[in-house]
Amino acid sequence: MSVSGSGAAVNTLTSPIVGIGVCPGRAAGPVARMGPRPRLPEDHPAVADAEAELVAAVGALNLTAEDLERRAAAAAMPGAAEVLEATAMIARDPSLEEAIRSAISKGDSAAWAVDRAMDAFRAMLLDLGGYMADRVSDLDDVRDRTVARLLGLPMPGIPERGEPFVLVADDLAPSDTVTLTTERVLALVTVKGGPTSHTAILARSLGLPAVVACLAAAGLTEGEVVTVDGSTGEIGIDVSAEEAAETNRAEAARRAARGASHGPGRTADGHPVALLLNIGDAAGAGKVAKVEAEGVGLFRTEFLYLDRQDAPSVDEQTTLYTAVFEAMAGRKIVVRTLDAGADKPLPFLNQEGEPNPALGIRGLRIARGAPEVLTDQLEAIARARRATGAVVWVMAPMVATAAEARGFTELAHARGLPIAGVMIEIPAAALRAADLLEHTDFLSIGTNDLAQYTLAADRMAGELADLLDPWQPALLELIRITAHAGAAAGKSVGVCGEAAASPTLAPVLVGLGITSLSMAATAVADVRDALAAVTLAECREMAADALRGLGR
Amino acid sequence: MAQREVVVGSRIGLHARPAALFVKAATEQPVRITIRKGDGPPVDARSILRVLALGARNGDTVVLEAEGEGADEALDAVATVVVEDHDDPA
Repeated sequence: MSVSGSGAAVNTLTSPIVGIGVCPGRAAGPVARMGPRPRLPEDHPAVADAEAELVAAVGALNLTAEDLERRAAAAAMPGAAEVLEATAMIARDPSLEEAIRSAISKGDSAAWAVDRAMDAFRAMLLDLGGYMADRVSDLDDVRDRTVARLLGLPMPGIPERGEPFVLVADDLAPSDTVTLTTERVLALVTVKGGPTSHTAILARSLGLPAVVACLAAAGLTEGEVVTVDGSTGEIGIDVSAEEAAETNRAEAARRAARGASHGPGRTADGHPVALLLNIGDAAGAGKVAKVEAEGVGLFRTEFLYLDRQDAPSVDEQTTLYTAVFEAMAGRKIVVRTLDAGADKPLPFLNQEGEPNPALGIRGLRIARGAPEVLTDQLEAIARARRATGAVVWVMAPMVATAAEARGFTELAHARGLPIAGVMIEIPAAALRAADLLEHTDFLSIGTNDLAQYTLAADRMAGELADLLDPWQPALLELIRITAHAGAAAGKSVGVCGEAAASPTLAPVLVGLGITSLSMAATAVADVRDALAAVTLAECREMAADALRGLGR
Repeated sequence: MAQREVVVGSRIGLHARPAALFVKAATEQPVRITIRKGDGPPVDARSILRVLALGARNGDTVVLEAEGEGADEALDAVATVVVEDHDDPA
């Protein structure tokens, strides 16, 4: 959450320092670092006046609550106000005061008493697990702000500045980012994290230039002016005022020119490439028309299943799918069946204790032990399709073999879903894509997992970020094999991983034979422009270079 | 002692927004209200942390209690919040 206070001398850095660019765009501005979490000093002061300590602790909690309420009132992002208000409610919790009073009576002074009181509730929520445990980060936020106030330390979290800044952090957690707006933040730079980290996903949803996995960024100092290039991953230091102004001017011009192309995605010579959205709920479906996307290439259905003791009923699912399908207004939507397991275990599937969850029971494999979860979901999708008349395709995640592809496709067809395909996330499936296509209607490549399994590098391991780079030739080769199999069979092969959102990689994917790209709504305009600037022949040349590790 | 037994209507249980709405409603009442789940001990309904820690899920029955003038009206007001399903399943 914070840059480790290494105190590395800035002078030892030479410009540019380099990380991995995860969201294109350039920006220049002063560095503001994430405030570190306050730590209690080793020496615990003795309590002279218990009543005064209590007044101080409660006063600090109230100030934290007021601060959160003020930020809630000013919050711009949808949902942010609610999150902040709920956090303020914790700071105002009457039970905390009791717990603090009890801690002080045992000899704690204010900051220690707050810490101890919070710890007890923290343990309680963690015990409950699941969704409840998610609130622990809110609790920690209140704890950190209040303790910092009591100890006279800088406020943790996203800094407050009079001018927009380049946010430099060790890594960003979801709780850090609810108040992050493009008015205040020019660019994101993290020391850790990889191309699929939370920071990267957030940056793309906001359209902020972002560089992750930049170890040298730990040495950047507060207030120092830097340039950030979210395509190349370069961070320029020792930047003059003119240089900074020129960078921002050029970026503003680029953004103004953005969206110059309209309508369906196509190359300069008219080769069509469907531009689709990745969505997770009905709100996402509403964005399709706004960004002129041709539909939804990946509808993640996991949200229906989170925090459930039992699987949702067919009726309940049907209602939700119907709402999403209606929002599509006639455009195509590709629904991915439940992709639980690994990092997203569900209580009713009993997935505790897998020694290696990423290689365990996840995606379509869940149907081996709990077939009704899949058949119920397909039934609900089919009913919602009939009710709305929407253009609905379904696809299964984590398919390894042609037999699995066939099983899923037959199951979907039998339920009245005419178009059923599978995701290519496992190298085995990519290598045998032609076999899979004998039994299924289309393929969609999930580049995040395909990279993870091809390069044997955990998606969450920031220090392996270079291996998860979607430009890895081995990954591109598997994409090529899959796309060629699709072309031979006359069936569609899309990409719905993070790679599809990159304006520099999109032409390469098209050159490899990909027929549709599915991405976050904010990426569509840039990708459409990038494709409109090149011919199909140029895409193929770029693809040939990229397969040889060149041309990035 | 006035008492209401109500079933949690929120799809995600008394958590996140439903819990916040419940605590807000309880804080606005003139009498002190407690909430308990099953045989558990009653906890202060104004405490978001204690309410969350109940771990009350969709379909669970909770017992609301209050004493003094206006207790019935107060319980009716907060009971409504428990029964409703105001979630976005986000």
